[in-house]
Amino acid sequence: MTTATETADLPHWQTEPHHHEEGASTTLGFWIYLMSDCLMFAVLFACFGVLGGSYAAGPGPQDLFDLELVALNTGFLLLSSITFGFAMLSAQAGRKGPALGWLAVTLAFGLAFLAVELYEFHHLIHLGAGPQRSAFLSSFFALVGTHGLHVAFGSIWLVTLMVQIRQHGLGPANLRRMTCLSMFWHFLDVIWIGVFTLVYLLGTV
Amino acid sequence: MSASHHPHPHPRPGDLDREPGPAGAHAGGHDHGSYRSYATGFGLSVILTAIPFWLVMGEVLEGRGLTIALVLACALAQVLVHMVYFLHLNTRSDEGWNFVATIFTIIVVVIMMAGSLWVMHNMNANMMPQMDHEAVTGFGS
Repeated sequence: MTTATETADLPHWQTEPHHHEEGASTTLGFWIYLMSDCLMFAVLFACFGVLGGSYAAGPGPQDLFDLELVALNTGFLLLSSITFGFAMLSAQAGRKGPALGWLAVTLAFGLAFLAVELYEFHHLIHLGAGPQRSAFLSSFFALVGTHGLHVAFGSIWLVTLMVQIRQHGLGPANLRRMTCLSMFWHFLDVIWIGVFTLVYLLGTV
Repeated sequence: MSASHHPHPHPRPGDLDREPGPAGAHAGGHDHGSYRSYATGFGLSVILTAIPFWLVMGEVLEGRGLTIALVLACALAQVLVHMVYFLHLNTRSDEGWNFVATIFTIIVVVIMMAGSLWVMHNMNANMMPQMDHEAVTGFGS
């Protein structure tokens, strides 16, 4: 590791192989984990694509889905994405208070999303449209439930991260953890785009 | 995040005079985004979310096929917006390995999804008629 003044004097090809920033391999490794998670979601999407029309003479998407609730949930996730972005910017600027505040707002939106989704699942099961009703509903609950579980675990991670930041400040380790969680959180929003498009909108169009 | 030597093309005013920061977070010159880029991504996402919901909930278009095509196009565009503005995916970070992993994943996802749908659709289309749900229930009566 050379100092900044030495680096400026050298051609960059001489310093490049030796310069590896703390945490660089962690974010790459976490990205590869997210890609493998993406493959798992792709399998669930393919399942839904194949089984989504098998209603077993039961209720279909037109009878069950409430698009206004889905729009509300989409808004919650989207808002939580931008508030996490603001939390990252505050953390990178070394401002602990605003970072914690934005993380709390993100957590609130995540919990609101989970509450609406749990209400929807409860409503469906109450109607007799539980996962055991038809192949369509099995694949629906598997796909949307897996996404919801990810959001739930992301929220738990968010709480633990907030405790760690409160206790140990915004050190390199906590910034690295926060970067990973932000990738995880934005990734879940990307998956949700697929869910609301392929499951809810195309199901009711 | 990255050992890249391609600094941000538009350094923000705070970047130069700021101390290295508690973690040297900007040491790699990686694009972490700014309030402006997050707001841009958010605005685009809101538009690309509102259009498909409006198309489907308002039953704006007559043609079902056209609605489906537009909804899918909006979803694809929004995924790209999220990748660029929220996940800061580019071809430079981590010496391009992020990008390579993403391209590989997209290829596998496309093969897996298209293959599953194609094969299973073919199988359903070629099923013998008496295997239909109604035919089976009527069989014993």
